[in-house]
Amino acid sequence: MSVSSPTLQVENLQTQFFTKAGVATAVDDVSFTVNRGEILGLVGESGSGKTVTGFSILGLVDQPGKVTGGKILFKGDDLTKYSEDQYRSIRGSRISMVFQDPMMTLNPVLRVDTQMIEAIRAHEKISKADAFARARDALGQVGIPSPEERLRSYPHQFSGGMRQRVAFAIALLNKPDLIIADEPTTALDVTIQAQILFETQKLCRETGTSLVWITHDLTVVAGLADNICVMYAGKIVESGKIDNVLDNPKHPYTEGLIGSVPSRNKRGEPLTQIPGMTPSLLNLPTGCAFRMRCPYAAPVCETVPIISSCEDGRLVRCHRVEEARSHA
Amino acid sequence: MPEKDIIKPVLELKNLSKKFVKPLDFAGKIAQKLGSNLRDEVVHAVDGVSLTVNKGEVVSLVGESGCGKSTLGRMVAGILPQTSGDIFYEGENVAGQSGEAARRTALKIQMIFQDPFASLNPRLRVRDIIGEAPKYHKLVTAAGLDEYLSDVMLRCGLDPEYKQRYPHQFSGGQRQRIGIARALAVQPDFIVCDEAVAALDVSIQAQVLNLFMQLREELDLTYLFISHDLGVVEHISDRIVIMYLGRIVESAKTEELFARPNHPYTQALLREIPRLETRHSDFTPIEGEIPSPLDPPNGCHFHPRCPFAIDRCRSEVPTLKEVTPGHHSACHLNESS
Repeated sequence: MSVSSPTLQVENLQTQFFTKAGVATAVDDVSFTVNRGEILGLVGESGSGKTVTGFSILGLVDQPGKVTGGKILFKGDDLTKYSEDQYRSIRGSRISMVFQDPMMTLNPVLRVDTQMIEAIRAHEKISKADAFARARDALGQVGIPSPEERLRSYPHQFSGGMRQRVAFAIALLNKPDLIIADEPTTALDVTIQAQILFETQKLCRETGTSLVWITHDLTVVAGLADNICVMYAGKIVESGKIDNVLDNPKHPYTEGLIGSVPSRNKRGEPLTQIPGMTPSLLNLPTGCAFRMRCPYAAPVCETVPIISSCEDGRLVRCHRVEEARSHA
Repeated sequence: MPEKDIIKPVLELKNLSKKFVKPLDFAGKIAQKLGSNLRDEVVHAVDGVSLTVNKGEVVSLVGESGCGKSTLGRMVAGILPQTSGDIFYEGENVAGQSGEAARRTALKIQMIFQDPFASLNPRLRVRDIIGEAPKYHKLVTAAGLDEYLSDVMLRCGLDPEYKQRYPHQFSGGQRQRIGIARALAVQPDFIVCDEAVAALDVSIQAQVLNLFMQLREELDLTYLFISHDLGVVEHISDRIVIMYLGRIVESAKTEELFARPNHPYTQALLREIPRLETRHSDFTPIEGEIPSPLDPPNGCHFHPRCPFAIDRCRSEVPTLKEVTPGHHSACHLNESS
């Protein structure tokens, strides 16, 4: 492949869960591209399939789930054709992941240095001393004071914010091309969240690492990401440049989400609310999954909308784009 | 907002403190007898907090985890006893009440909790969760209970058809509505919301926030709203109180606080609110983390992280002083400049 191929290109990805109650399509026809050094925000509410998308890219979807269609091109290679061994060789080295709860991802009975050195030596023949040095540098990079001493601590000796930094440091150890971060700051305080966002942003700018930031929080993505994909019931309903999407949302769901965020302009007034709640994936309405909650729904919405592209390079999955826009 | 001297405060906290003490274990006691300087571990979760809430007001308590905001809320709701200080509800000292008066006060202050999964008994049906308290307190007759429950549920946006269901049959947003209905069922005047929307999705959060505001209008409620989310707080509150390590550092009307934050901690917090309008921002975080409440710094608790700290901040505890009318801040810098 040519050098200029994007870091990650997901095409028509489909992931299904074969449960006793039926087949749930958690990720359906999801496509997006992340270029080198770019940050993509993947936004959606609980159950929208954003986490499963992240897991699918890393080949972490467990039974009864399975990637059933589409391509995941990582620097031109299709990951869906990878064997488990091939996946092992890139997971943690070329692509790494940061999860929401750092207490769950760090081993509580091993010291941080053990865990970090193991992660380096799993992918590279390198002496322990060199690995230790690299682990120390990685901790320093994410802003942990006196990394040399902190390496000898156990995870429980760190605070929540520090633990998440350690998780980021581990993700960075092998200088990956892509980091997938799944709600990494959701459990943290604003000040700590700002610190982590600051370090992450710096790293992406300095090293050219690409980032997929999965979150339900539009405000975090607003300050961080270059591009945004909004997911609803397994599908991407709108994607594009962050400024275009947030300033001028075209899909009624995006519009509703933005209206739900409290902000200084709406003080004291009722928030625009999206009526109802996310439908169960096992029992989706026919046609557009959002039509039951959509203020612009029309009979045409009973057929499945296809993705259409707009003049500013944005993709929207809605029959009623024109009508919705004239209302806004 | 009505002026203070016209309307009496509905809730008044005076110098309220809460200490959690972990006594020494056996080995520790022996070591102490033998002359070691081991001491009981004491956490000052809330340290001399004074606060008034007026009738009909929404006052928000904001701070990072571990700053004592939930402990304060629990003391107000009567779930935790205070170590020292007084709580006055409608002018009466709550600690001095007993019998019927104490019960009435307890009913008038209700609490809504953060986690709608943990705060509902999974083995009770919704009708019992909501109906138990009004039945016990004889707010409603056995015959009228069903209609009463339907009323409360409708008011909270729940379908009365669901009375026979168990909590696990509801989504997170609906469970939070059950929690609200439970609190409202005893006809309270004052509601303590402890991170009541933090666990909800954005669209559901908007629904619940709207419900809070609507109930406030309809039932003339007063809220003490505890949250770490300044975006939410800015949206709904009349007055904001910022806490740091058990102490109030600043309190002001919402517009005033956001327009002219006085305390360096408030300024830092406000700078860091992620907003829809800020794009591709350069994050400039404050250094460090909230220190352990087991071993708080001397003087002003914020001085190790404060970029403007002077010598005085390291030794002397700043007191809350009025900087402009209605705007209080605890910072030495206000006097030295």
